[in-house]
Amino acid sequence: MTSEFISLDHGSGGKIAHRLTAELFLPLFDNPILSDLHDGAVLKLNDSTRVAFSTDTFTVTPLFFPGGDIGELAVNGTINDVAMCGATPLFISLALIIEEGFPMADLTRILQSIQRAATQAGVQVVTGDTKVVPKGAADGLFINTSGIGLIPENVAIGSTGARPGDKIILSGTMADHGMTILTQREGLAFDSAIQSDSAPLNQMVAKILAASNKVHVLRDPTRGGVGTTLNEIAESSRAGIVLQESRLPVGDAVAGVCELLGFDPLYVANEGKLLAFVPAEDAAAVLEAIRSDAFGREACIIGDVTDEHPGQVVLETRIGGRRIVDMLTGEQLPRIC
Amino acid sequence: MPLKHQGEYRDPQLSRRLIEAINRTSTRPVKLMEVCGTHTMSIFRHGIRDVLPETIHLLSGPGCPVCVTAQPEIDAFIAYARVEGTIVTTFGDLIRVPGTESSLQKEKAAGNDVRIVYSAFDALKIAQTNPDKRVVFLGVGFETTAPTIAASILAAREMAVPNFMVACAHKTVPAALEALMNSDQVRISGFLLPGHVSVILGRQAYQPFFDKYKVPSVVAGFEPADILEAVRRLVEQIEKGPPRLDNAYARAVSEEGNPKARAVMDTVFEPVDAVFRGIGMIPGSGLQIRPAFAAHDAAVQIPVSVPVSKEPAGCACGAILTGAKTPPECRLFRSACTPENPIGPCMVSSEGTCAAYFRFHQ
Repeated sequence: MTSEFISLDHGSGGKIAHRLTAELFLPLFDNPILSDLHDGAVLKLNDSTRVAFSTDTFTVTPLFFPGGDIGELAVNGTINDVAMCGATPLFISLALIIEEGFPMADLTRILQSIQRAATQAGVQVVTGDTKVVPKGAADGLFINTSGIGLIPENVAIGSTGARPGDKIILSGTMADHGMTILTQREGLAFDSAIQSDSAPLNQMVAKILAASNKVHVLRDPTRGGVGTTLNEIAESSRAGIVLQESRLPVGDAVAGVCELLGFDPLYVANEGKLLAFVPAEDAAAVLEAIRSDAFGREACIIGDVTDEHPGQVVLETRIGGRRIVDMLTGEQLPRIC
Repeated sequence: MPLKHQGEYRDPQLSRRLIEAINRTSTRPVKLMEVCGTHTMSIFRHGIRDVLPETIHLLSGPGCPVCVTAQPEIDAFIAYARVEGTIVTTFGDLIRVPGTESSLQKEKAAGNDVRIVYSAFDALKIAQTNPDKRVVFLGVGFETTAPTIAASILAAREMAVPNFMVACAHKTVPAALEALMNSDQVRISGFLLPGHVSVILGRQAYQPFFDKYKVPSVVAGFEPADILEAVRRLVEQIEKGPPRLDNAYARAVSEEGNPKARAVMDTVFEPVDAVFRGIGMIPGSGLQIRPAFAAHDAAVQIPVSVPVSKEPAGCACGAILTGAKTPPECRLFRSACTPENPIGPCMVSSEGTCAAYFRFHQ
């Protein structure tokens, strides 16, 4: 590693975070399941049973934000990772690290939100842990959840399966979660009507799998955004991706805030969106299935997989130019003027 | 805000008509410089270089505030972060810029209090809530940001917040244009003048510059159609003459600019000779805090010793900032210098030319 200390960039989900995984974690823990680097691990328990297993830790400031809170996020984030393996999420664990002095009323509210989210997604909280640390040793509340789910027979979804000719479907607008958190954070006062897209995607995935048995890749573009996730898929599938700028969905208010701060919505986090790679012949059916879900009404086809420029994501701009969509490096930082 | 109308200025048909007009008019090779970093980003983001004829060569100029900040200024910023009892507040872009020995990001990771803010007024709030600390805001940027920062100093005086200070490294655009014209490294056929800066300065601010050099100059906005229209007007001036000082961003930029903002700026700041990275000292091209506001001037209140500042070895940022080189002509580009491990500021800032080449152009 070139750096002496951990910086926030190491947690950004971009290139620097990838390097940390590749240089520090993989050499120590390397195994065929881990090296897939998918949203969740796919475990073959016996000839007929495959389980998807995923874990995620949630730290967000503020804990309550328009469109959700850390509790709901902790449930949806993990079950979505399980669902992206093509699995039906069934059980989750819940571990809390709480800072001394944390208001009981806030904890109650967050736990109630976890309960509601679990019920909505049809999963049960089956094990848990609570730790309290001295004041200053944590920022309010951190949550870890792990989830497991069953993968139906004949479902083979991974991060390496994108094939030339595939259509790329995005289930709705980009950047809602990331920009909501940013505008809510201390020191930023926008009076904008934007809210997090935090949502469970397991039912959407079930509908997708019912509509087509040829889905190649499912991913939820969380940290690092759609741009970074597509780069990961292009790289691991050794395929090229071409996006149409005119088709990329961004809400007006989110687009405005991004423009003001110099953020590219392609690199901003989502918490209730998925990317589906499907062969052209099944694209219409899958698109319709996604749109039939409450969280997928604005789904659209945003691009294609090609055998040109393998590993690279290229954007065709509205005015007919082309440019690279690179993987995010570290955290996006607001510009000066 | 013109954001509602963003769609119109990204309209493919409108852009196509402008591109056709440029193609019809352009016959000889020209070098057009976009002075503003936001223009550079927009040109790359929208793939504008792709759609222009080969005769038109776009050069990126010294318009990225982080990039032109001189190395001793960066080193002083880092030194403030090391002073006991100090909170350094900064725009995000600066945090990764490598100084001679360290960067603000490294200081932050080492436990010093460095905070990213979105406005000098956020820093002022931090000063109010931390009366036992000295809060230093790093003032970089051109005439776009300088008025707000001046206003924060006025507010600090009015509200009696003695622990709020600004480390002032502001630069001004018209003086830099002149330095570029006096440079013999590159012959610029026309300038795309910065839209945001011109909102404050007005078109008139460039008149003395234009009268002296008679170089085609057009104030440009930031959407694809804005930039294409400005290029079209520049090409027409160059091909058919005469050179003019023109405004293609009239929906935001007036003749007079914003006199109120300029008055605030003039109350707090005065011109000073300043060093631009890559260009060197330009007389009267910087702003410093007037002695009347010395109580809020970090340079006066917090003396720091900085190392003998060294620019990174082999880094071509200087030549890149004047259009004399393009990033691929720098031997560090993409090999030793990447956004992950930036060696020069043009790779760090989201508006830096090297970062734009790296991200969008392969």
